[in-house]
Amino acid sequence: MLTKRIIACLDVRDGQVVKGVQFQQLRHAGDPGELARRYNVEGIDEVVILDITATLEKRQALARTIHAVASEIFLPLTVGGGIRSEEDAAAAVEAGADKVSLNTAALRNPEVITTLAKRYGSQAVIIAIDAKRRDDGFAVYVRSGTTDAARDAVAWAHEAESRGAGEILLTSMDRDGTKAGFDCEMTAAVSDAVDIPVIASGGAGTFDHFTDVFTSGHADAALAASIFHYAESSVADLKHHLRAHGIPVRL
Amino acid sequence: MIALVDYGAGNLTSVRKALSALGAEFMTPEQPPDVKGARAVIVPGVGHFAATSALHEEWRVAIGGAARAGTPLFGICVGMQWLFEGSDEAPGVAGLGVMKGRIARLDGDAEKRLKVPHVGWNALDFTREARLLRGLDSGAQVYFTHSYAAPVTSECIAATTHANTFAAAVERDNIFGVQFHPEKSGDAGLQILRNFLEICDRC
Repeated sequence: MLTKRIIACLDVRDGQVVKGVQFQQLRHAGDPGELARRYNVEGIDEVVILDITATLEKRQALARTIHAVASEIFLPLTVGGGIRSEEDAAAAVEAGADKVSLNTAALRNPEVITTLAKRYGSQAVIIAIDAKRRDDGFAVYVRSGTTDAARDAVAWAHEAESRGAGEILLTSMDRDGTKAGFDCEMTAAVSDAVDIPVIASGGAGTFDHFTDVFTSGHADAALAASIFHYAESSVADLKHHLRAHGIPVRL
Repeated sequence: MIALVDYGAGNLTSVRKALSALGAEFMTPEQPPDVKGARAVIVPGVGHFAATSALHEEWRVAIGGAARAGTPLFGICVGMQWLFEGSDEAPGVAGLGVMKGRIARLDGDAEKRLKVPHVGWNALDFTREARLLRGLDSGAQVYFTHSYAAPVTSECIAATTHANTFAAAVERDNIFGVQFHPEKSGDAGLQILRNFLEICDRC
């Protein structure tokens, strides 16, 4: 039986893991390779590197980070954040990424989805959607959530699939960083509208939140960052909790 | 030296990294004659079966000839599919044909929310003892990402079930294939690659 995937997200800037999370339990916690290795031991199913470097040397710094992580773990590795062109994607793949995640660039130029799917296969192309609840549905935002894209998340996910995307990474902007739980309603709406897997993101605070998103949220995978940085919330503990609640996981 | 065949089907970086981590020496043959003399041949691949059409007649003769001469041959994902006679994904493209059967599209199941593509970690149910699976227990989880798969035949050594059951790994003589990605399957995957390298060492 296909298991539900738990994905760890490493927010990386200038080669170091950042984000407003508590690293104090870890030694060398700012090192992406080190963190990836720990997650691997704990049983993480995949790793996402989200690059938020904003300098001109971005691509080289990112390539070093990808190489460092890919040399530590033999798990699916996704790279996102600033993949704007086929060339950016090629550089990430060359450095060791198995999948690239596109957000703003795909909305601005949806043909890039098809181009990358033809070059690397659909399985290598993830479309990241940042969305917010509105009365009439789920509104897509771009440019790190600052700009209303005037698109509905369900319709955009469907279009991305038809253009060749292999997975959808759906982040609830309402829940992100709140630890109030995933937006299960939105995740289910998108998951039910597409045949490709949907990765839920944003809002993970407790183990039960993961149970919820895999049941009522119809998610195929769940992504989190900060929850795993706490020593008391290891990936292994989460998976044991999920299994005890009837969710198939890899242990 | 192991010949790691690059026919343009996606990204070989992961396979290279895994082989390097296991201490294997490998090269990428530029032309079919370069396969001659290799101690083993690995045909990796992700994406579409049509990409295997780049493995034209000369490649087929070189790789098929090596396999018939007993050189270990290992197909991964689309590379495993290519060992069979052909695929419904690209009906005009012939496979190598060293395994009997045809690759068919996976079934989904809307009611059980089983989607195609089949992406993620799923269990290997061993169907018989096999050198490729040494050191692993039936039920081991490995990482899949595919929409097409091989039928369960007498050459199947491990089956996996999504909406239907398909061959996740095959073995006959020195010909091996896996539908999943051992280079992305953590310790279980590395063990399978290690097993293949040990088989190569004994040849």
